[in-house]
Amino acid sequence: MATGEFAARAVHAHAAPTSWIRKYVFSLDHKVIGIQYFFLALTAVFVGMFLSLLMRIHLIWPAASLPLLGDIKPETYLTLLTMHGTIMVFFVLTTAPQGGFGNYFLPIQIGAPDMAFPVLNMLSFWVTALAFFVMIAAFFVVGGAPLHGWTGYPPLSALPAAGPGEGLGADLWVISIALFCLGALMSALNFITTTLDMRAKGMTLMRMPLTCWAWFITAILGLLAFGVLLSAGILLLLDRNAGTSFFVPLVTINGQLTGHKGGSPLLWQHLFWFFGHPEVYIAILPAMGLCSQLLSVFSRKPIFGYKAMVYAMLSIGFLGFMVWGHHMFMSGMSPYTAFAFSVMTMAIGVPSAIKTFNWLGTIWRGRIRFTSPMLFALGFVSLFISGGISGPFLAQPVLDIQLHDTYFVVGHFHLIMGVASIFGIFAATYYWFPKMFGRMMNEGMARWHFFITLIGTYAIFMPMHYLGMAGHLRRYSQLTELNYLHGLVPLQQFMTYAAFVTIAGQFIFLFNLFWSMKFGKKAADNPWEATTLEWTTATPPPHDNFGGHIPVVYNGPYEYSVPGAPRDFIMQTDPATVKAH
Amino acid sequence: MASITTTASVDTAQVLLAGKQRPSPESLEYTARLRRARLGLIVAITAVVMIFVSYSSAYVVRKGLPSLDPRTGTLVHDWLPLQLPNFLLINTLVLLISTVTIELARRQSAREAAAAAGVSVPLSSPAHADGMPWLALTTILGVSFLAGQWLVWLELAASGFYVSTSPSSSFFYLLTGMHGIHLLGGILALLAAGAASLLRKSAESRAVMVDVTAWYWHFMTFLWVYILCFLEFAR
Repeated sequence: MATGEFAARAVHAHAAPTSWIRKYVFSLDHKVIGIQYFFLALTAVFVGMFLSLLMRIHLIWPAASLPLLGDIKPETYLTLLTMHGTIMVFFVLTTAPQGGFGNYFLPIQIGAPDMAFPVLNMLSFWVTALAFFVMIAAFFVVGGAPLHGWTGYPPLSALPAAGPGEGLGADLWVISIALFCLGALMSALNFITTTLDMRAKGMTLMRMPLTCWAWFITAILGLLAFGVLLSAGILLLLDRNAGTSFFVPLVTINGQLTGHKGGSPLLWQHLFWFFGHPEVYIAILPAMGLCSQLLSVFSRKPIFGYKAMVYAMLSIGFLGFMVWGHHMFMSGMSPYTAFAFSVMTMAIGVPSAIKTFNWLGTIWRGRIRFTSPMLFALGFVSLFISGGISGPFLAQPVLDIQLHDTYFVVGHFHLIMGVASIFGIFAATYYWFPKMFGRMMNEGMARWHFFITLIGTYAIFMPMHYLGMAGHLRRYSQLTELNYLHGLVPLQQFMTYAAFVTIAGQFIFLFNLFWSMKFGKKAADNPWEATTLEWTTATPPPHDNFGGHIPVVYNGPYEYSVPGAPRDFIMQTDPATVKAH
Repeated sequence: MASITTTASVDTAQVLLAGKQRPSPESLEYTARLRRARLGLIVAITAVVMIFVSYSSAYVVRKGLPSLDPRTGTLVHDWLPLQLPNFLLINTLVLLISTVTIELARRQSAREAAAAAGVSVPLSSPAHADGMPWLALTTILGVSFLAGQWLVWLELAASGFYVSTSPSSSFFYLLTGMHGIHLLGGILALLAAGAASLLRKSAESRAVMVDVTAWYWHFMTFLWVYILCFLEFAR
């Protein structure tokens, strides 16, 4: 790792590039890199959404032959769910909130001209983009994409003979994940160093907007988690290609010994979930930070319990590393171990409840402005509660025995990790679009998009809880032999129709995004009357973020409706204002 | 070239350390750059530590696991204890010497940078007083270490221990290989620092590069000693 090289180049504030390639492709500017990450995630989310559409169609019309794609075979269904999960978790939920908006707004919000290591920043984007291309390439190799699920449990993921797609497709999958880990580690390095070392004068840690705290904590989680996934991926590659037996026990395929012996599939599960559980928080913490921000801005009230919010996020991050075993209650783990993991998991309910309480406290008796970012922030809180409440159910080993690997789990993590985080991304897009592209997004279309998405996603994922409680297992393309499931078919049909409507709603967002870039109303420098540093600079921000001057911070980030102040908000850079306390 | 670099550095320093009262812009920029680079290095080392922590725990778990013998249907241990080649001690010695030589390079370049920061035009210093000989020696020692590791692999393979022979040999190749890859990164950083010297970058730039490379190198040496002890005592 040529750290020295990057470090040495880093501190030179690079001049504004002139050539097209340096400006838009291999740019060192964190703002361009943020937008690149955003569009990478946008591409990925539409790929992932298309795959989920195919799954929903197959579930209710199993015999349907699709144009261009033909029949969906059972193994194709597994391929769809594997790639849907992988693409959504890594290239959307991890990429957009942190790589996209974090990259763009962390330096501006703390008053820095750029990230600490711009070359490393560029490299982390391009490694992530390469990882995405490698992942997509898995569709087009012999055997197609892998079918081992996004969790990649061996022996299925370790043996090329285990199924179609487990040959070259699975190798590409592992390589893509390893590359993604490298990109995420480089990005985490940059976020942590930038937050600790690049804050403007007066921007103490406890004056940082909660968005910055969220990105910072997410980066720490990423730093500790992605190295472990990278190690596990390398072991899996060795098992697949070098004949080692880290994960593969003695297995026979069609009566033939595979040559592996003694490995432990559970070892993979431990390593994977040691990454996998913090990954959930990597996806949702930025959304938590952002929604704290938005609820305060649009209620015109200070955030309720700023310090409690910071400590809650820190303890969520800390506890997130202690609970990976709750994904493995069914693995034959000792009941005592399961009990420990169970208690730790339910302990996360405490900081989560603190956050929810503070969100409600923030909007309580506020003068709420129902703008589109606010709607999505409120939607996030709603989804966080309804998706989070099923967490303590699953955290109990006794209940998990019934609910494990059923649609209940699918409903749970889609609401909390999938849709809630996506709502965070939408809120961020509507909120920061004016700063990024200089124009406002269309409010009417945004409202349609919000209501369709909120109602639609609830209509898709709420019924999954009932399916799960009824014993409907996930990951099966068809369970036609099971009589007790016949009664659930109308519910499956309802979910598919809801999916059609919800997906159609996303095209409103896509259209709005590109339409507003060209035809949106011109945005002022501070259209939302918010206090943080990104609203003190020009729209869009100049190359060095603040146009040659350096902001000095005097106030906390949430000075709204301060008694005695001339306006109902005090910018972080406003000096010597009348303070109520 | 020299004057352009200096102006840019002063601007950067003002932007980065606005408000801090320090005497000269050059020394101010140098300390700020050094601090940032070292902070980045600490974060990077944390990531590398996590990788080796995962491998160590996987090692311990895998070592304790029995395997099913298909002929007898009983559980047996497939972990064959590995006799570590003695040649590893020579490699260890080479790496320990290299960590001393790079420390000498680091101190020399830091002294030079400190001197240069007091002078208005930092590029005027001659290229031979920047710890180059020590850097070159460290590079040679680093490459010798990797070559020595390669010989150890050959020796192990000759005695019948391949990557897939036993989990113990798998982990041996894995740990030594991963350490080697990371050390190779250190060698590339050394070459980059040498190139910075040849390209007549400022003494401060070189000193920052040499400094973080040196600390990374010390970490690599420490990591190697850990791996060696781990392989020996958790056989």
